[in-house]
Amino acid sequence: MNYLEHVGKYFLMLKQVFKRPQKRSVFGAALFREIEDLGLKSIGIVAFISFFVGGVVSIQTALNVESPLIPKWLIGFATKRSMILEFAPTFASIILAGKVGSFITSSIGTMRVTEQVDALEVMGVNSLNYLVLPKIIAALLFYPLLVFLAIFLGIFGGWVAGVLTDLFHSLDYITGIQMDFDPFLIKYAFIKSVVFAFVIATIPSYHGYYVKGGALEVGRASTQAVVWTSVVIILLNYFLTQLLLG
Amino acid sequence: MITVENIHKSFGDNKVLKGIDATFERGKTSLIIGQSGSGKTVFLKSLLGLFQPELGSISFDGSISKEMSDGQKRQLRQDMGMVFQGSALFDSLSVEENIMFPIKMFANQTRSEMLDRVNAVLKRVNLENVNSKLPAELSGGMQKRVAIARAIVMNPKYLFCDEPNSGLDPKTAIVIDNLIQEITKEYQITTVINSHDMNSVMEIGEKILFLKDGLKAWEGSNKEIFKTDNESVVDFVYSSNLFKKVRQVYLDETN
Repeated sequence: MNYLEHVGKYFLMLKQVFKRPQKRSVFGAALFREIEDLGLKSIGIVAFISFFVGGVVSIQTALNVESPLIPKWLIGFATKRSMILEFAPTFASIILAGKVGSFITSSIGTMRVTEQVDALEVMGVNSLNYLVLPKIIAALLFYPLLVFLAIFLGIFGGWVAGVLTDLFHSLDYITGIQMDFDPFLIKYAFIKSVVFAFVIATIPSYHGYYVKGGALEVGRASTQAVVWTSVVIILLNYFLTQLLLG
Repeated sequence: MITVENIHKSFGDNKVLKGIDATFERGKTSLIIGQSGSGKTVFLKSLLGLFQPELGSISFDGSISKEMSDGQKRQLRQDMGMVFQGSALFDSLSVEENIMFPIKMFANQTRSEMLDRVNAVLKRVNLENVNSKLPAELSGGMQKRVAIARAIVMNPKYLFCDEPNSGLDPKTAIVIDNLIQEITKEYQITTVINSHDMNSVMEIGEKILFLKDGLKAWEGSNKEIFKTDNESVVDFVYSSNLFKKVRQVYLDETN
């Protein structure tokens, strides 16, 4: 199947997904389950990585601005900007594409190869709507929160690293993060996180739903899903940046 | 009653069903048998509406499925129960939630009403005190019973089973066969079973359809299958020495 056929099939899948849920109470229960699986269970990894990446960014910036002509508050300012503009929305999404994407593909793919998806269809359930829509809504609701958590922890990690290593003074760092605050950049991070959340929920669902074969194929589909989700995130990141900041 | 008229189904150049006619009556267990690749699964999935035949028609109690509106098709699906080869229970849900799922989805009942119904069908399939267990915690035979319970929880008019005995020991297989037959009689369901198991053919095959190369090669009952001289059926059903001897004894006794 060529790429265009996959793209067409992906959009046809979305057409089935975006239908009114057949039973509101069942949809509600599925939504809370997905918020837990896709959102709450991702807090740990996002928090851990953001904290240490923030620390690394601030240490590297401090080591590269040793000139007395460059003010020390630049370290805090650079860390804040890196976290808001790129790390939190884009790289946290790529981490989530790996963690959550493989989970989505393998769970739906396993349901497909063990005929659980057929069982839903035989019962008269719109399986795409039942399986995928709660994942999309959960991701759209939760990932912006994760991104803002990543921004906060990244900046905090930068401060902790500087204070522990004595590379800069706490006050300089705090001055830097308070300087030249542009609210649009938060909006930019939010838009990216929403778009990437949609990609993280739908591309792995597509790979899982249409898998054929057995356990080996489910494994292959998970790998493909992570690769394609990451590729699409990187491409969209470029276009969104050009569109919103260019 | 399910009436199938001249259905054809292809996948690309591969013609899987080449014009099959059949009638499946209410209150009877009908078995579809045939070698791997004969078109049994495609035939069953066509009855279920998972595949759309290119030609021919399938009617359920007089209503032709391809002429039904979307609403009628949804209603028809709710009148169907299906037991899949691997049970197809939802891994993440407990036994109780699995059986309750169709009721939650399509009926407006209180939790206690749903629980009463779940416990009633679990009792019917001779399973108790397993409500909170996950499917992975059950044996193959128990999973099959839960699958049967889920299939009958909405009081279906039509029950379809794909290899219900696969992976089960002979004793459990007979229990499952008998259970399906009892339920068929008790609830007056039209039951269609896809099977490879010759014990099932002999035990519960009130009507047997033998498929070969996408065509119906023979039709009859478990009594008639002993006497048939159709070479394809004899080759397939009596391929083992044991069944050859059983047939010979039967023929000697009846002649």
